[in-house]
Amino acid sequence: MTVQDSTPAGATVAEEATTRKKGKPVLSEGKKAERRLGLWLCAPAFFVMIAVTGYPILYSIWLSLQRYDLRFPAQQQFIGFDNYGAVLSNSYWWTAFGTTMFITVVSVAIEFVLGMVLALVMHRTLVGRGLVRTVALIPYAIVTVVAALSWFYAWTPKTGYLANLLAADGAPLTQRWPSLFIIIEAEVWKTTPFMALLLMAGLALVPDDLLKAASMDGATAWQRFTKVMLPVMKPAILVALLFRTLDAFRVFDNIYVLTNGAQDTGSVSMQAYNNLVKGLNLGIGSTMSVLIFITVAIIAFIFIKVFGTAAPGSDNGGKR
Amino acid sequence: MAMGTVTTGRKSRWGLVDIIVLVFALVPVLWVVSLSFKTKATLTDGNFIPQEWTWQNYADIFQTSEFVLSLVNSIGIAIISTVIAVVLGTMAAYAIARLDFPGKQVLVGLSLLIAMFPQVSLVTPLFNIERNLGLFDTWPGLILPYITFALPLSIYTLSAFFREIPWELEKAAKMDGATPAQAFRKVIAPLAAPGVFTTAILVFIFCWNDFLFAISLTSTTASRTVPAALSFFTGSSQFEDPTGQVSAAAVVITIPIIVFVLFFQRRIVAGLTSGAVKG
Repeated sequence: MTVQDSTPAGATVAEEATTRKKGKPVLSEGKKAERRLGLWLCAPAFFVMIAVTGYPILYSIWLSLQRYDLRFPAQQQFIGFDNYGAVLSNSYWWTAFGTTMFITVVSVAIEFVLGMVLALVMHRTLVGRGLVRTVALIPYAIVTVVAALSWFYAWTPKTGYLANLLAADGAPLTQRWPSLFIIIEAEVWKTTPFMALLLMAGLALVPDDLLKAASMDGATAWQRFTKVMLPVMKPAILVALLFRTLDAFRVFDNIYVLTNGAQDTGSVSMQAYNNLVKGLNLGIGSTMSVLIFITVAIIAFIFIKVFGTAAPGSDNGGKR
Repeated sequence: MAMGTVTTGRKSRWGLVDIIVLVFALVPVLWVVSLSFKTKATLTDGNFIPQEWTWQNYADIFQTSEFVLSLVNSIGIAIISTVIAVVLGTMAAYAIARLDFPGKQVLVGLSLLIAMFPQVSLVTPLFNIERNLGLFDTWPGLILPYITFALPLSIYTLSAFFREIPWELEKAAKMDGATPAQAFRKVIAPLAAPGVFTTAILVFIFCWNDFLFAISLTSTTASRTVPAALSFFTGSSQFEDPTGQVSAAAVVITIPIIVFVLFFQRRIVAGLTSGAVKG
């Protein structure tokens, strides 16, 4: 593999840097070698990430300004912001946008509550802690399509245990609102454990002494939770919510399997995908890609600037 | 525990809560397993537990090239992507955790951006780029995006692990005359192995799970992975209800996941929490 070659290459460059004795007064030779090694070690990861995301997103912006339909390649031409006008004035786009927002907000809210409960259980349970943690990881790790198929069959009339149990007369996956709630239920099942793990890491930061002190001062369990635990956990909660909100906004797999976007249950991701695969319209598809990218950026901006979510991985965050 | 006396009452209450969690997590999985063992006659009886058991669905799917080839694709693509992402991630995470160099924050910021990046935004441009480069419907065509989106995960998780390593040993090696690169290979790499292994599991799960890229950037069994194949699978004969066979295929690709979770639960929990929160 070519990638591994860069370590020895980095070493020789670093050695050259140390042997060449002309250094600037500010940096010691060792420091310079360290800088070189650092850059060489990061370069491959950096270039892969830029090449596979940076270039395509720029290309996508360029495509979004073209009339570009693979079925009529001869008609490709620069049309400015016409594609944006077409998408933003289209009711299907706004329906998908509303659906996506609804699924995002409702599922993240439910996941947060259930995730907090699960985190407390995993953190505090007196019996079978290992077992609970192991089993709770299964929804996180299982392939989303497999989980979605399980729910799909469960809600299929005759075949499924849930369809027969709850709705004797109808097929819930053929109606809009039941479908949306089944999608949300599938999302919640799959991602609650991940939310719980992030929250559990925050729970571990709550000092036991503080809880004991509060309890001696006569705080009830609920007061200890809201007045002591939640404030200490706030950074972890915000990070968990940020990650899950962005993730939920990208919802695709569950919808694809459960309804394939029928009855206005498609998300914006489904719309972009359908425009590519069914419509072969690269111009419109790219416009949607850019709009989704902008929406995600706005959500992240709101979390980081308005709620003050600490960006994970920032240097001081790591050395707590 | 310092939580006061542990009464039997409290224990049984926790036991009850535990059981609710177990049911919540396991029922959907057991349901697919149950469907995969049902005979054709009992497939639509709606029973949670099969009335008649059969291995026929498993025998059927392993006779279709559609499933076998996509299983090979899934395994090959996930392993290659994992190896490359973990090697690149290890190099970058070592630099981030240990070295002082300009541009460190740029890489950390870029990783964070990509972790939040809406993958669907890449589907249209990548489709066209890969078509032009001849990468569409090939292994590298999927491996490249998988590496890209696995890198932030592996950089975060690994740099968190690397911060916990006793670095005096590295200094000692340097005093004995090792270059920084030698110290990395001979001293730190063995110490870092558990963290690297944990990261590899997380990255593998991510690649194994992907559906969006798998259906957008492939068109035949040359590179289609199992999650994508599942959504197109029509059964070994066109006129059959494929439910049992789809379930059997779903169970097959769930087996490695269950194995990882059973044997490496502690590692996965440690990896996910350290990477995402302590960063």
